[in-house]
Amino acid sequence: MNTPESVSPESVSPESVSPESASPEIVSPEVLCRADGLAKHVTGPGGRLTILHDLSLSIGAGEAVAIVGASGSGKSTLLGLLAGLDTPSDGDVELCGERLATLDEDGRAALRAGRVGFVFQSFQLLPTLTALENVSLPLELGAITDAPRMNGSGPTGIAREALERVGLTPRAGHYPRQLSGGEQQRVAIARAFAPGPRILFADEPTGNLDLATGQKIIDLLFALRADAGAALVLVTHDQALAERCDRRLGMRDGHLEALA
Amino acid sequence: MSARFRIRTSAWWLALKLLRRDWRSGELYLLSAALVLTVAAITAVGFFTDRIERAMQRQGGELIAADLVIDSSRAIPETFADEAARRGLAIARTLTFSSVVLAGDSSQLVQVKAVDDTYPLRGSMRLKADLDAAELPTDGGPAPRTAWVEPRLLYALGAEVGTGIDLGEVGFTADRLIAYEPDRGGNFFQIAPRVMIRLDDVPATGLVTEASRVRHRLLLGGPPQAIADFAAWAEPKLPAYAGLLDAREARPEFESAVDRASRFLHLAALTTLLVAGAAIALASRRLVDRQTDAVAVMRCLGAPRHVLTRIFALRLLAFGLIASLIGCLIGWLGQQGLALVLADWFDGPLPAPSVAPVFVGLGTGLVALAGFALPPLMQLADVPPLKVLRRDLGAPKTSVALAALAAAAALALLILWQAGDFELAWKLLLGVVGAVAALVALGAVMVWLAGLAAARTRGIWRLGLAGLSRRPAAAILQITGFGLGILALLLLAVVRVDLLQSWQQTLPEGAPNRFLINIQPHEKDALADWFAERDIDSSGIYPMVRGRLTGIGGETVEPDDYEDPQAARLADREFNLSYSDVPQGDNEIVAGRWWAGPDPLPQFSVEEGIAETLGIALGDELRFWMAGREVAAPVTSLRRVVWDSFNVNFFVIGTPGLLAGEPATYVTSFYLPAAREALVPELLRAFPSVTLIDVGALLEQVRGIIEQGIRAVEYVFLFTLAAGLLVMYAGIQASLAVRRGEHGVLRTLGANRGQLLRGLLVEFTVAGLLAGLTASIFAELTGYVLARQVFDLPFAPNPWLWVFGVLGSGVAIGLAGTLGTYRALVRPPLAQLRAA
Ligand SMILES: Nc1ncnc2c1ncn2[C@@H]1O[C@H](COP(=O)(O)OP(=O)(O)OP(=O)(O)O)[C@@H](O)[C@H]1O
Ligand SMILES: [Mg+2]
Repeated sequence: MNTPESVSPESVSPESVSPESASPEIVSPEVLCRADGLAKHVTGPGGRLTILHDLSLSIGAGEAVAIVGASGSGKSTLLGLLAGLDTPSDGDVELCGERLATLDEDGRAALRAGRVGFVFQSFQLLPTLTALENVSLPLELGAITDAPRMNGSGPTGIAREALERVGLTPRAGHYPRQLSGGEQQRVAIARAFAPGPRILFADEPTGNLDLATGQKIIDLLFALRADAGAALVLVTHDQALAERCDRRLGMRDGHLEALA
Repeated sequence: MSARFRIRTSAWWLALKLLRRDWRSGELYLLSAALVLTVAAITAVGFFTDRIERAMQRQGGELIAADLVIDSSRAIPETFADEAARRGLAIARTLTFSSVVLAGDSSQLVQVKAVDDTYPLRGSMRLKADLDAAELPTDGGPAPRTAWVEPRLLYALGAEVGTGIDLGEVGFTADRLIAYEPDRGGNFFQIAPRVMIRLDDVPATGLVTEASRVRHRLLLGGPPQAIADFAAWAEPKLPAYAGLLDAREARPEFESAVDRASRFLHLAALTTLLVAGAAIALASRRLVDRQTDAVAVMRCLGAPRHVLTRIFALRLLAFGLIASLIGCLIGWLGQQGLALVLADWFDGPLPAPSVAPVFVGLGTGLVALAGFALPPLMQLADVPPLKVLRRDLGAPKTSVALAALAAAAALALLILWQAGDFELAWKLLLGVVGAVAALVALGAVMVWLAGLAAARTRGIWRLGLAGLSRRPAAAILQITGFGLGILALLLLAVVRVDLLQSWQQTLPEGAPNRFLINIQPHEKDALADWFAERDIDSSGIYPMVRGRLTGIGGETVEPDDYEDPQAARLADREFNLSYSDVPQGDNEIVAGRWWAGPDPLPQFSVEEGIAETLGIALGDELRFWMAGREVAAPVTSLRRVVWDSFNVNFFVIGTPGLLAGEPATYVTSFYLPAAREALVPELLRAFPSVTLIDVGALLEQVRGIIEQGIRAVEYVFLFTLAAGLLVMYAGIQASLAVRRGEHGVLRTLGANRGQLLRGLLVEFTVAGLLAGLTASIFAELTGYVLARQVFDLPFAPNPWLWVFGVLGSGVAIGLAGTLGTYRALVRPPLAQLRAA
């Protein structure tokens, strides 16, 4: 894989983020995601607003961590920073062995490709793609950016398997608007797991679903996570859901505290 | 296979896949329709103008008796005839010179034209056995030692048909009268009567020596492409004393008609391009809106910006190529249909279309897409991935400056490339850019007013108006889209109703089809009476004096001073001047003033076209050499002449005091219906010294070109119409996505359908009225500028334009917008929330 051509001089190009150099096994065997002195301020109409205060945490490989807290306490903001979707005002995040501060926007995207999965409250499926195409999209993007792991069966084959694992094979050709909310979220879960991620970020994945459906979705999420051995960062209001994780962190006014 | 190469191929692959998916989902329909339409219009016009111009050229060939002529003041090197023969072109030769014929005791100055048997290559000679006999077309030139002569020569000599005349050393029998000579036109007003003899007989006469002033012509005929190729080959090789001549240059009437026809066609194509460009811009704006979320998700899934950029660019390129090819195909089919519609206007089949328009079409599609759609789509790659978590993060701010710059650059490029006619292009562009600027400003004002009004109203109105001012970009785009659509429709109306009609009117039924020249001063009044008794309308009988232009503003005029061969020819020949107290009715003074008062100071009025060609400015002193003395006076006015009206017109007119003393003849033109053809011999008998020139054929050709042109333009305007409707549809669509969410919210807040519908109706009607007003103003302005400055046609404002433009668009857009949006409204709120 690490052929001379694939190592380009620009450190930000996706080719340079080859799996070996970014591999957590080499740099830091047990910690997949670490935040140090993380802070986020925004300047709004009412002056400077601090959303996160000097916050640190670390998440090990295969670990499931729940973040709970009131609405507006900064959970989504934290998730965005940990996943490299946003940049902190202060402090640094280390994800899969790379310090995000050293990467630019594209470098962070390349780092996410194939290693980081997402599940959102509002599903975020692309309306113009069928269920199957939605699932294979990250694999296809990965093929372009030369992301790790692509076994012989190709994006569509992997996507089919993933859809089968969430029990949606019969709906593979349907568009998101033809699926129920629960089904859409199952597609989203299949999409998140298809590339075989090391860590999964989920922001209130059951927030838009009824109780029973939400329960099924959570079962599915945890089952797939166990299979894949991926770490999970789960943001939720739901205490019962949080109980299923290895560790619970509470968020209050931008501060993080370990919960029992 | 290197990694980079793998990246590139898979990016292509994914781009194509995404393109297919977008297409399937219907996201691309609007953009495709706009692009296909643009390309189809441009290619159809390209194919068609190409063909029609060549067909017109060929038809005009009659005016020079060939498709192409090499005109030379010395013997034409044989290499040209050899090359023409090698290329399989038909060849004829003519020689013209002045000489004197003798018959018994009388002698007469004549213009001799020697021709071979293949002359003429286009059109035909018509001869009469005597004055009262029927005109018969002839094949082949005069027999050895016979001559064809103009009737007035025999009158001048006091001889009959069959008389013997001497030309130089040789005696000829004048056995036929010339009724019609196809390429006579080039020199309507030549004084000396025509004598035509065989080319083979010339050497024996001993009249042509190295030193004589002789015009040599090599006439060439063949398929358009072969002619064009030959012209391209010959042009650089011609010696300085020779020049190429085609039908357009030969006759100002013909040239101005063909010019107008192709200007009209280009106008139609450019209007379509401009309007469809707006539709492309609106459609891609909408595409960007609808893809923002998808891009955020893709970035979140690990697609770096440069990969997205590449995918978008490739996807757009693939899309552009496919849509442009389809557009080319439709354009080709369209011009086939057009050729069918117009087939009866042409003698033979139209020349086959060339392939060039396909490349023009493809290029147009790609450039239009790059200019109108690429900037907003490229900015998509900057959508922050955080948008997946925070819905309130909007699409990245599109850089208006960048988008406007790209669109302007694309337009300029396309127009420069498209419009063979720069003046037309920039005036049209100016009109449209002005309209867009005004529409944008109007939209901004409307949004601002809505914001003010929202603060003073309550309930549903407040929400609706606040909604309007909350999405200013969409509202402004919408008004601009509506306005451009209406502008296109109104321009169609202006061009169709006003411009094309005034063009047709330049050559009404009864336009003069005969010129009468060499009318002697003593015959003038008798001729006027003769016309009056027979109820024939003439265009007026004008005095004509001849003079050689010798000086402009203190500089002496030498033909060699002019680079432009046409100018050199003009400077070389005698001018026909006239004098008058009043300007001719259809002449328009464009600079300076016409002389007034009973006894004005000596001065000249010059036709603007020739003034430009020869570099004559207002105030310059012109000097003419006429009949042994020099006449000089300043130029005090420039006139615009409608050449294709077939009225008698003069390049230079002087004050009576300046020219009335010169020996003059008189000229007139009149309309002779086919049924009164019998008057011709009667006229020639009554006024034997005059020369009658039949311009009926030329007139019919010019009229044919006008009719063809009008039909072709109407047909091409169908594309513009479609583009106008499309841009309005795009305008309605532009706000639909935002509205959907809004209406869902408003309805959940308790607004009922009736209230929402009323709000929509008011909003769209107001938008329609304002857009219609702006569009009417600009349609009228553009129409005026086009008529006066580009097409040289009269223009009168049309009050109906305002009625239809303002009220019509208010009603039409009010209804169409409301109905178009209502569909989104009547869906149950749940479906709306799902779709949002
Ligand atoms: N860019 C920003 N500008 C202004 N305020 C912001 C910005 N980003 C976040 N906030 C504010 O920071 C606070 C935390 O937001 P965040 O979305 O992280 O909360 P949350 O814990 O996810 O809430 P919820 O449970 O409702 O999703 C909120 O008050 C939010 O309005
Ligand atoms: Mg949140």
